[in-house]
Amino acid sequence: MEKVLMKGNEAIAEAAINAGCRFFFGYPITPQTEVAAYMAKKMPKIGGTYLQAESEIAAINMVIGASAAGARVLTSSSSPGISLKSEGLSYLAGCDLPAVIVNIQRGGPGLGGIQPSQADYFLATRSSGHGDFHMIVLAPNNIQEIVDVTQKAFDLADKYRMCVMILGDGILGQMMEPAIIDASGNTGAAQKPWALTGTGGKRKKNIVNSLYLQPEELEEKNFARYEKYKEIAENEAMCEEYKTDDADIILVSYGATSRICKNAITMARAEGIKAGLLRPITLWPFPKKSLMARADGAKAFISVEMSMGQMIEDVKLAIECKKPVALCSRTGGIVHSPEDILAKIKAVNGGDFS
Amino acid sequence: MAEGKNILIAGFGGQGILFTGKFIVYTGMLTGGEVSWLPSYGPEMRGGTANCSVIISDTPIGSPIVEKPDILVVMNRPSFDKYENSCVIGAKLFVDSTLIERKTQRDDLEAFYIPATGLADENNLNGLANMVMAGKVLRETNICPYETIAEAMKKTVPERKKNLFDANIRAIELGWNY
Repeated sequence: MEKVLMKGNEAIAEAAINAGCRFFFGYPITPQTEVAAYMAKKMPKIGGTYLQAESEIAAINMVIGASAAGARVLTSSSSPGISLKSEGLSYLAGCDLPAVIVNIQRGGPGLGGIQPSQADYFLATRSSGHGDFHMIVLAPNNIQEIVDVTQKAFDLADKYRMCVMILGDGILGQMMEPAIIDASGNTGAAQKPWALTGTGGKRKKNIVNSLYLQPEELEEKNFARYEKYKEIAENEAMCEEYKTDDADIILVSYGATSRICKNAITMARAEGIKAGLLRPITLWPFPKKSLMARADGAKAFISVEMSMGQMIEDVKLAIECKKPVALCSRTGGIVHSPEDILAKIKAVNGGDFS
Repeated sequence: MAEGKNILIAGFGGQGILFTGKFIVYTGMLTGGEVSWLPSYGPEMRGGTANCSVIISDTPIGSPIVEKPDILVVMNRPSFDKYENSCVIGAKLFVDSTLIERKTQRDDLEAFYIPATGLADENNLNGLANMVMAGKVLRETNICPYETIAEAMKKTVPERKKNLFDANIRAIELGWNY
């Protein structure tokens, strides 16, 4: 297979098409616009549907429709747009509908800015929208992995009948790296006996609905959903470990920030500080077991995030506060320099966990 | 095989800064290196300053952001002023001397002054000063062998702009031979 040079946003779009996605509904916003632009060019040529909706809210409701009819469907946006889609995400969860949602994060809150950010960690992992529910959240850190997790996102969504969010940031969306797009692993859409495809007068009608006025029935639904989440937490957590075997200080970081951590780790090791990286690829479920397995060996952890201390909560929960966890934050569209991270590693190495 | 190179290309939006970066990335990729390309994006692309980080390395690339270039290409004065001091000691500096009159104030850089915009205009290659600069960069660094240039250009110029292929190659040769 030939390596092609692609932007992260384009890689998402192409990989989604390869995964059998033929419906895209969206609304432009920097820094994810290339996803929509790519779909606008490509979908009409392959018999798919690209539709620029009148708003993000309209787009997510179109996703509900396509998903209910059994199609593989994608929508994408950036932070403020995801806030608007959150009501629809809750309805998708309440209806047990699969869909893939892309969030190429920018600085917030409010309209914020257009530069890279990771400040939607809570939004993505603590349920976007009202009610008891989760989405699977995938956080790639290079273009090849973007391709791979996009394919996987559709498979997971169909397997568990739920939303999967691909959480990126402005750097990953805009940067180019070579990647191989291999369609041979494409499993295609799963059988969906629950989908609204018309009974043809031959089967009982299917109902897709999130309204349950009997509390007992709704509780039962939620219990069942959380049984499913338990299974996912058990089986689907993914992470990459980099130089953690002998590490005294373990950085925990995802997405573009985790790449910068690797530079900082090289610098720290050159100065004799044993640093390593544990990079969650799934943010929900969080790779708790992998973190816990490192809690005895390491002296301290550092949560390195382009947000004001969101993922750090999951790090503390995962290691059950066995070791100190420091925070290394940049926010508002400012990206960590390797020196920012190195300075924090040195401080923590000297016993300053603030 | 290319050694590690951290390249920053900067100028005005519309000068083809991002395109130049993409072309250089392809030359590195075809020579077997790990590569990454990261543009500035947003309003600055529309007439303001534009810049592009390109990394070519023989090891996997961590941060795609070039903060301390060892190759700096500047095509306007504001970019020169902004990035000159960020270069590492011994960095190679490429300046479009048609558009930037001053010389570097540092004595620890290896500077090349190329009247790229003038050369392009004199040769009916208006708008291709960026590729004149690229030609000089490739000549003075060991990113790729000469033969790779045409192959990389084939990947960089979209199918529908095949007529631009020859012009781009001519512009690169002007820079290469300057």
